[in-house]
Amino acid sequence: MAAASASSVDSPRISTLILQRKTLAIGLAIIVVITLLAVLAPLIAPYAPGKLSIVNRLKPPSATWFFGTDEFGRDIFSRTIYAGQLSLLVGAAATALAATVGITLGLVAGFFRKADGIVSRIIDAMMAFPDILLAIALVAALGPSLATVIVALGVVYAPRLARVVRASTLVIRELPYVEAARALGVPTWRIMTRHVLRNLVSPILVQATFIFAYAMLAEAGLSFLGVGVSPEIPTWGTMIAAGRQYVGQADWMTIFPGLAIILTVLSLQLVGDGLRDLLDPRLRKDL
Amino acid sequence: MTDTTQTTQQPDAADILLSVRGLSKQFSTGSGPVKAVEDISFDVRRGQIVGIVGESGSGKTTAGRCLLRLVEPSSGEAIFDGVDLFSLPEKALRAYRRRLQIIFQDPYSSLNPRMRVRDIIGEAIDTHGLAKGAARQARIEELLTRVGLSPEHARRYPNEFSGGQRQRVGIARALAVEPELIIADEPVSALDVSVQAQVLNLIQELQRELGLTMIFISHDLTVVEYLCDEIVVLYLGRIMEQGPARSVYANPRHPYTRALLATAPVPDPTVRRERVILQGDIPSPLNPPSGCVFRTRCPHAIAACAETVPTRETVGSGHSVACIRQAELVETYQD
Amino acid sequence: MAMSTPNAGNHPDALADDIVLRADNLRTHFIMGARAAKSVDGVTLTVRRGQTLAVVGESGSGKSVTSLSIMRLLAHPGRIVGGRLLYRMRDGGVVDLATLSDKRMRAIRGKEIAMIFQEPMTSLNPLYTVGDQIMEMIRLHEPVDRHEARTRARRMLELVEIPAPDKRLDQYPHEMSGGMRQRVMIALALACNPALLIADEPTTALDVTIQAQILDLMRRLQREIGMSILFVTHNLGVVAEIAHEVAVMYAGRVVEQAPVHDLFARPRHPYTKGLLACIPDAKRDRADDGTRKMLNPIPGSVPSVLALPAGCAFAPRCPLAEPHCETAPPELLNASPEHLTRCWRHELL
Ligand SMILES: Nc1ncnc2c1ncn2[C@@H]1O[C@H](COP(=O)(O)OP(=O)(O)OP(=O)(O)O)[C@@H](O)[C@H]1O
Ligand SMILES: Nc1ncnc2c1ncn2[C@@H]1O[C@H](COP(=O)(O)OP(=O)(O)OP(=O)(O)O)[C@@H](O)[C@H]1O
Ligand code: SF4
Ligand SMILES: [Mg+2]
Ligand SMILES: [Mg+2]
Repeated sequence: MAAASASSVDSPRISTLILQRKTLAIGLAIIVVITLLAVLAPLIAPYAPGKLSIVNRLKPPSATWFFGTDEFGRDIFSRTIYAGQLSLLVGAAATALAATVGITLGLVAGFFRKADGIVSRIIDAMMAFPDILLAIALVAALGPSLATVIVALGVVYAPRLARVVRASTLVIRELPYVEAARALGVPTWRIMTRHVLRNLVSPILVQATFIFAYAMLAEAGLSFLGVGVSPEIPTWGTMIAAGRQYVGQADWMTIFPGLAIILTVLSLQLVGDGLRDLLDPRLRKDL
Repeated sequence: MTDTTQTTQQPDAADILLSVRGLSKQFSTGSGPVKAVEDISFDVRRGQIVGIVGESGSGKTTAGRCLLRLVEPSSGEAIFDGVDLFSLPEKALRAYRRRLQIIFQDPYSSLNPRMRVRDIIGEAIDTHGLAKGAARQARIEELLTRVGLSPEHARRYPNEFSGGQRQRVGIARALAVEPELIIADEPVSALDVSVQAQVLNLIQELQRELGLTMIFISHDLTVVEYLCDEIVVLYLGRIMEQGPARSVYANPRHPYTRALLATAPVPDPTVRRERVILQGDIPSPLNPPSGCVFRTRCPHAIAACAETVPTRETVGSGHSVACIRQAELVETYQD
Repeated sequence: MAMSTPNAGNHPDALADDIVLRADNLRTHFIMGARAAKSVDGVTLTVRRGQTLAVVGESGSGKSVTSLSIMRLLAHPGRIVGGRLLYRMRDGGVVDLATLSDKRMRAIRGKEIAMIFQEPMTSLNPLYTVGDQIMEMIRLHEPVDRHEARTRARRMLELVEIPAPDKRLDQYPHEMSGGMRQRVMIALALACNPALLIADEPTTALDVTIQAQILDLMRRLQREIGMSILFVTHNLGVVAEIAHEVAVMYAGRVVEQAPVHDLFARPRHPYTKGLLACIPDAKRDRADDGTRKMLNPIPGSVPSVLALPAGCAFAPRCPLAEPHCETAPPELLNASPEHLTRCWRHELL
């Protein structure tokens, strides 16, 4: 959001900007609504997420239970918005971790030729595996828990950012303004932050948005496969996993958390695409 | 290796601010080693402007970057005020960074697009702890005024400036640390003539008023003839000819210098010059010709040119030429 | 679509026999919402048969937009909004390129008018060999088979003095040096024998010794083939070398056109005079003892094409400007029969 308002200062071609802003605005609006729903769940939810009611098990959606109930008679609507808290938390935390690790590795690899050999090889090796396999292996190795899932996803997605940062660092490192800083005697770490990182804010932001989406999907995938967070904790993933047995009988158990994921991921993609176009240097050329 | 022929008239040693001896730089690339700069030696006297000219790939930028240790030279020395810059450890080098500065060719990529002008100049001041608070602010404004901008420009970003104005910001950044020697790498090449004239005037004013010494890298022979006191002509990383600008321009002795001068376009349609158009392309630096590197394009090359690397011979006061035929060719030039 | 052509002369469609192209008050704008970049706003120039007209001006003065307007290759928001581009076809007919249909324009490009660009790397396709690209060009316009096209392509490379043309035909652009690529671009442009060659800064990216080769080549080709050249450059030295006539552009307008000797001997626009005065010249600008005199730059800077002054665009920087100049945009006036200038006060020069 900060990026969107900052970029309104240097407006390039107005027509294209508005178009991009539309997708960006729609995406952002949906994300904001979803986040609000999740955060304000205790105020909004008609029932407590864990409240059992055996009499009302597997009830279809109605005015009483907007999204129906599950096999224990718990309200799916309440559970979905509560689950949003954890799903978003996993996504955000994994993205933050991936960003910290990825940016650091990328900068180091881009700046120090000696470290580059090793770091690049690790990045390539990790990116050779499908994300979800790597995540499963990591969770299995560390033992499943909320924290493990976050760490595993953070580690899995760090190489994506590392790669972006490394590639851009290699380019920026050679630019005359970095040479000028070196000629002035500016210490390397300051060059890294002030000159390199500052110019990478846009690609990092775009990439992070996508990673957020991937991480949420991956969390659902892990839960669905039963290797994610404990089934008792309501996340969109665990909810779908629980509904699996009742497909055909109580489709609402999977449909609504599924829709929540899809909506969130799609709107994150919209934001990512919108940001990318908005920050694309080719579109920012001064008139 | 170091040739000393060029300093026939021993100038006052104290006069020399920078003495480059046997500077070589070899890059290793995927397709083999590139000798970007090979055994170049020259002196820069205090208060003078030394021009380095040559076509693209001749090693001008590499030479300049080596002198600032932005790339590590492969061999040679650069005695700056009695100290060899090339053998200074990184820590000690930092103090010297204040005394040597650089101005770049490209007014766009030489300023960080995300930094305001006051931060760009401020970084130079902060790095060497030259001023703080109000004094720092005042210094930034003074520098901006000095290069012909106004103090209001301090809060702007580089993209709000024209090429000429950006170049002024780059100059202000270099001046911020009060350097003694400035290496200007094609500082006006990217500018339009009318802007170029403004920046050239600024450079001269600064040089005169601040007593700056300069190495002025350029491929524009007209600008160099006007601006420089000494000139060094490079081709494929080697010095072909070197000497006081007036002597070299009035009396070019190397076939390459002669060709360069003959082909540089002059804004006067009445000038009909002898047209020495060099045939062929500059050879690949990966695989330079044996002997004299210029021989593949030289109109006067003979078999011997492929055998020996010409040493520099003195042909006038401070004027030296690396061509084995230079003495016999003088007569052909006179026609 | 009524077009105003204030300076078109008495017979709007008449084109003297020796004239290949005449732009009459050409105006090309880039329209972005409410704003219009008036990149070209009054270009009047004449290219004579078999001659070279150099278009010279500083960055942003509209040289490339003029060239692209003639080729009708303007990028999206750019549009010709006024003026005419009279072109004499090889069969003698005169067409207005500004309003010609896209279909007829396609037949003209390459065959009647060809263009070469500053950066030969970006205008050659990196994925095809040089030979393929020249052959494709020939076969696009002429019904010849591959074999014949290859023979012609080879001849073209010989024409532009590329050594070992058979080998070069099968090479890719990246395997060649900058000078060699520019030769290939010229070969490509001349493949279908155009009557007019537009060269947009063809030597700017090249070294002086290579530039000299290319200029020499273009001069020789012009002598042999008799084509006309519109040569865009910002280098007055190059102008002096190659041009028969010169058109000087400032802020989207041609402010002066004259035969090259007249222009350098006595520029009749203060901008041209200012430009010539600020190129360093050691003979003029250094005293006998070697001390330098300061150069005489033109004060100020070029106005933005988004906000051009109402009168003469040069007035804010002009030493001769009087109040009249600031309100009335000067017409193209005859300083002498062949010497046109857009300056109210040219008689003072
Ligand atoms: N980092 C590098 N790695 C490998 N080769 C290099 C590197 N930097 C320069 N070179 C090579 O060294 C040679 C000299 O380059 P340099 O940039 O010093 O030339 P220059 O005279 O400044 O040319 P220009 O006029 O194009 O700026 C060239 O052949 C170039 O390709
Ligand atoms: N696609 C475009 N959209 C908006 N403005 C444009 C576009 N193309 C060119 N212009 C503007 O038109 C003006 C003239 O540009 P042009 O490229 O013709 O200049 P030029 O004389 O060729 O300069 P140079 O010497 O830099 O090549 C410039 O101010 C430029 O910003
Ligand atoms: S040494 Fe030979 S090849 Fe080199 S410049 Fe002299 S004559 Fe030419
Ligand atoms: Mg260089
Ligand atoms: Mg152009």
